[in-house]
Amino acid sequence: MATETSTRSVVPQGTLYRGREGMWSWVAHRITGLLIFVFLLVHVLDTSLVRVAPEAYNAVIETYKNPVVGLGEAGLVGAVLFHAFNGIRVMLVDFWSQGPRFHRQMLWAVGALWVLLMVPFLVRHLSNVFGG
Amino acid sequence: MAAPSLEAPRSTPYRRSASRRSNYEMYSWLFMRLSGAVLVVLVIGHLFVNLMVGDGISGLDFGFVAGKWASPFWQVWDLAMLWLAMIHGSNGVRTIINDYAQRDMTRIVLKTLVLVALVFTVVLGTLVIFTFEPCPVGPDGAFLEGVPSFCTS
Repeated sequence: MATETSTRSVVPQGTLYRGREGMWSWVAHRITGLLIFVFLLVHVLDTSLVRVAPEAYNAVIETYKNPVVGLGEAGLVGAVLFHAFNGIRVMLVDFWSQGPRFHRQMLWAVGALWVLLMVPFLVRHLSNVFGG
Repeated sequence: MAAPSLEAPRSTPYRRSASRRSNYEMYSWLFMRLSGAVLVVLVIGHLFVNLMVGDGISGLDFGFVAGKWASPFWQVWDLAMLWLAMIHGSNGVRTIINDYAQRDMTRIVLKTLVLVALVFTVVLGTLVIFTFEPCPVGPDGAFLEGVPSFCTS
């Protein structure tokens, strides 16, 4: 039997998934999801103060009204919007017959939609946070 | 001389039907998509009403919450959001724990913590929504400080 001479490079050629849109959107979906879950626990706890006393709730909400928390809130809304739109993309990949074919284009659509909503939100929110 | 006998390859008939294991993970997968679709509407609506309309985040105080929960519409909205988001989130964190925690004991402890947080938060939030009093009074019968203006008018 003739020995085959391999002409293939020893350098890995990459895959369809690893290091590309599929993997990074999955990573971002996990990180934003975990972040939102942790926030949700705190959010239900602090909102529960409305059952203690109006003043207790107002006192805690007042401590949130500073630029540091304000920027955190902007990041949180950014995380929620990405997770929401990328979640719709995941559903389309899973349930729409053409979904897997257009998953990359759909990620760009997620990004476009995200920018489209984040710009008016940031104008509104940051003028509240920094406008006093 | 007796003919050599071959045993039947399988003592029981080959079963073509799926195994009888539970479909728990399939339902979990399906739940993430169904609840996710509903949550997109609930959460984005929540953010829009609380952060974009009116005074935005500067307008948030007890009176704002009381004004919303005076209406059954927002009570149902927030209740659905609480339950769906907490189960969706806990199930997502369960998946992350299963992926990264390698020791059995680590997984058991972490998932127990998530379950405790889930039950505690959902029960607390549900109680708060259903027992909320928009115009609470103190022991002297007077309205507490910070009640919304519609209580006194």
